[in-house]
Amino acid sequence: MLAKRIIPCLDVRDGKVVKGINFVGIKEVGDPVALAKQYSDSGADEIVFLDITASHEGRGTMLDVVRRTAEVVFVPLTVGGGIRTIDDIRETLRAGSDKVGINSAAVRTPELINEAAEIFGRQCIVAAVDAKLADDGSWHVVINGGRIDTGKELISWVKELEARGAGEILLTSMDADGTKAGYDLAMTKAVCAAVNIPVIASGGAGSVDDFANVFEETDCDAALAASLFHYGELTIDEVKDAMRARHIPAR
Amino acid sequence: MIAVIDYGAGNLFSVCNALRYLSLPHVVTKDAAEIAAADGILLPGVGAFADAMEKLTATGLVDLIKAEAERKPFLGVCLGLQMLFEEGREFGVTPGLGLLPGVVRPLDSHGQKLPHIGWNTAKIVNACPLTAGIADESYFYYVHSFCADTDARYISLATTYGETFPGMVWRDQIFGCQFHPEKSGDVGLQILKNFGRLVG
Repeated sequence: MLAKRIIPCLDVRDGKVVKGINFVGIKEVGDPVALAKQYSDSGADEIVFLDITASHEGRGTMLDVVRRTAEVVFVPLTVGGGIRTIDDIRETLRAGSDKVGINSAAVRTPELINEAAEIFGRQCIVAAVDAKLADDGSWHVVINGGRIDTGKELISWVKELEARGAGEILLTSMDADGTKAGYDLAMTKAVCAAVNIPVIASGGAGSVDDFANVFEETDCDAALAASLFHYGELTIDEVKDAMRARHIPAR
Repeated sequence: MIAVIDYGAGNLFSVCNALRYLSLPHVVTKDAAEIAAADGILLPGVGAFADAMEKLTATGLVDLIKAEAERKPFLGVCLGLQMLFEEGREFGVTPGLGLLPGVVRPLDSHGQKLPHIGWNTAKIVNACPLTAGIADESYFYYVHSFCADTDARYISLATTYGETFPGMVWRDQIFGCQFHPEKSGDVGLQILKNFGRLVG
């Protein structure tokens, strides 16, 4: 039985976790390494670091965080944010990341996905896609935190990403993100129907039922959440208990 | 001392991090004398069968590894498990190490997504020294599209994703994991710890 994955995402800036945290027993609350370890110990199936460091110099700090995390965390680690070139991917994987998330760079230079999949294997290339409902009724791919509408239609874009060699799609609905009203089921369902690679749903989780719902209503393989876990509103255990109660396979 | 074979087709960082975390002495090497002197051998592997066998052959270590695998604990991980068999059928037919009978061929997921990526349960069908302390139906982390076809007597853990295939194989002191123990949380670390105990 393949488990549905629960993935906490940590926003990291200049080597520190940005959002608020409520864990007990961690002294350095902003330390991404300690938090990642705490999450993996409490049942996270995978950890995602999103590097939101603005400066280029910050990359070295992030790689150090990845290196130290890989020494103590033994579940898959995905690192995204600011990855633009084959060299960025190589050094991130060398630091101990298992997968890299590529977002706006894939929009600007789609060939990066082909090249990366060929060199590193498609299993470590996660195409991160942010999308929202456009005025014409279709979903459009957006970048820069939703500020720029690329005009690309979502469904054809995820198919293209799969064809180019993406191993997974990390789909964030900018309409649902931050609402805590649940995942964007329609968007997630449409993307799952369009591709035959794993899809990670992201944006909108507010309760344990939201996780169970997205797994019951769509074919997604994993669900990601950030602030919900950071603020201690929910634990990974609570989410998994709710999944098991509804007969959704959870590790 | 565990010799982690460095032949250019493995993700050595993760497995070495796990061995270090468990305080298991190890050395990353492609040196024949070092491999011969080691107390155990770990063969990692990521990528395609043909390419990995070609790289391993290029090191000139194949005969030595085959001989040493009969003398000391040996663990193949992911593609390292697949290379234990007689031949691989990925991008043509390529001879493997032939330490276990059987072939490596595409996994039949019965229409489910491939590669098989994620946490999947495994059934203990034949307890072996590496499954000590492992609960039946534990979840392990897999990333692969191919699997081994072998005699049931060599299968220790059976995994089902569409079809049922070997999650772990075992003959004497030779072991192979299709999953990644170094990415499978505590149960994965337990497998490596058990291997470390055999190595001594």
